[in-house]
Amino acid sequence: MSDRKHDSTSDVSVHSLANLDLEAHERPYLDSNELIINMGPQHPATHGVLRVILKLDGEKVLGTECVIGYLHRGVEKIAENRTYAMFNPYVDRMDYCAAVSNGLGYCEAVEKLLNVEAPPRAQYIRVILTELNRIASHQLWLGTHALDIGAMTPLFYTFRDREEILKIFERYCGARLTTHAFRIGGCQYETYAGFEKDVKNFLTFFAPKIDEYEALLTTNRIWLERTRNVGVISGPDCIALGVTGPVLRASGVKWDVRKAQPYANYSKFDFEIPVGTNGDTYDRYLVRIAEMRQSMRIIEQAVNGIPEGPIMGKVPKVIKPPVGEIYHSIEAPKGELGYFIVSDGSTQPYRVRVRPPSFVNLQALDLMVRGALVADVVAVIGTIDIVLGEVDR
Amino acid sequence: MAEEVKTPTPPPPEGEKKPTAEKPAPASVEPAKPAVPAKPAAPAAKPAAPAKPAGPVPLPWTSPMVEKYRSQYGSGLEPLTYLGQNYLNVDRSLIPDILRLLRDEEQFDYCVDITAVHYPKREKQFDVVWILYSFPRNERVRVKTQITDGASIPSSIAIWPTANWLEREVYDMFGIKFDGHPDLKRILLPDGWKGYPLRKDYGILQQDKEWVQINLGIESGQ
Repeated sequence: MSDRKHDSTSDVSVHSLANLDLEAHERPYLDSNELIINMGPQHPATHGVLRVILKLDGEKVLGTECVIGYLHRGVEKIAENRTYAMFNPYVDRMDYCAAVSNGLGYCEAVEKLLNVEAPPRAQYIRVILTELNRIASHQLWLGTHALDIGAMTPLFYTFRDREEILKIFERYCGARLTTHAFRIGGCQYETYAGFEKDVKNFLTFFAPKIDEYEALLTTNRIWLERTRNVGVISGPDCIALGVTGPVLRASGVKWDVRKAQPYANYSKFDFEIPVGTNGDTYDRYLVRIAEMRQSMRIIEQAVNGIPEGPIMGKVPKVIKPPVGEIYHSIEAPKGELGYFIVSDGSTQPYRVRVRPPSFVNLQALDLMVRGALVADVVAVIGTIDIVLGEVDR
Repeated sequence: MAEEVKTPTPPPPEGEKKPTAEKPAPASVEPAKPAVPAKPAAPAAKPAAPAKPAGPVPLPWTSPMVEKYRSQYGSGLEPLTYLGQNYLNVDRSLIPDILRLLRDEEQFDYCVDITAVHYPKREKQFDVVWILYSFPRNERVRVKTQITDGASIPSSIAIWPTANWLEREVYDMFGIKFDGHPDLKRILLPDGWKGYPLRKDYGILQQDKEWVQINLGIESGQ
């Protein structure tokens, strides 16, 4: 507006501009040096406290360096100073969006070390809750990822539907997020009256909701523009960088721990591994959407086939695994979550190493954003699906 | 709270039946490693077993792959299996060769994890552990070696790029140096931190007081 006022006298300024030799001054006016900027640790799109140092040429990313550890709590050190059972709730605090998966991996690893097996009923309960948690984790991912890219509506939809899963968790074990749902040797809690009905109700409730998410995004022009050919990573690169989970599958590698090395009782269920072809952000979105549908298939089979019986295996009151070591891994919503546990025969683990999928997958960020634009960095951080609680432990 | 009341209390005979019914289940987990016949060699070399009723003991692990390397490297290589999981105890000097061979010739193309364990009472204080997986074989193997405090180990970034952050974490937590690592610095702890928290002589409440006082401006982080 103020410019217009000056229009009457503008011929002066126009003349002065015209007299400038722009060609001669172009170089000193435009700084062509590389620019180094910080993204985070306090940045809404980093999903926590992740700091990414970006080396930029204008808007183009030349390289990145991740600075992590802001949320480091020394989970592995804590484990050495707790008994096996006491450490169990701590694992929930790593990937707090998928606490049930963390607990499943830890309990199964210790069970292997003890050479006991959870009874069938406990296994079914575990599978139902773990797959519900996978859906919840993917919902949270979808909502926040879409929000980062600029689609606000999916956040409300996914959080509305995730609430139904959290309600089931709450009614089962009293907690919504850090559930501590399982115990070494099985489950502590029997299912509440109406558990199966709640789960079945959720399945019928949720099936059309996924279609709703897809209606919002899958063919949305803006979504396609922001995700297609963004953050591309090839299958061999994924393997070389140790990337697992939906990121690996979206790059065309059909690998899922649930199928490759079945744990719990996943071998009893009929489900497929969705894979992508392009390894871009859009394919990773499609893979996760398809995974939610597969999880629903598993839950449906599990809830219909859940047997009667005990829910705790024959685990001694004092857990003292024999001297030895074990590595056990599961397919967490984010990738391969492994526990390497060394026992010295005492009541406390001698060493617990957590192989965190978020930590390893985050390493691929640099490769995925090189040559992309700054705005794509936000999309790629979202699409890797990291939880900083697990990256830093 | 719906009306559908289930009777969760299991009848005792069922409970008796369950463990036997359960036994096949671990076997269904085992086929994960089909390529390795772990059991046949059980009665062979190690006679330590009879005296120990306390728990399972590591047994020698035999497979065509292992035999080949044994004949090549002799006693520097000790293949064992414990609870159905195979691992190789490898002499420190053979580590670069063995890791390279496992990737190039045995198709262990995915380095799952690199970590370490501290045994302060041993002369060689650290176990360094590589957990490997092969996509084509669908098989896992662990490689372990022992090193003394202060000794370094060759970096395996050239073999598996994922080793970058994993080795940095081992360095951060244990102070084990990896030769040839392009950027060996702390990853989870701040750069100026003193001490290696996952060593056994590092107390759980211990911290780098000086760092905390200078950088956080507080007396103690506790």
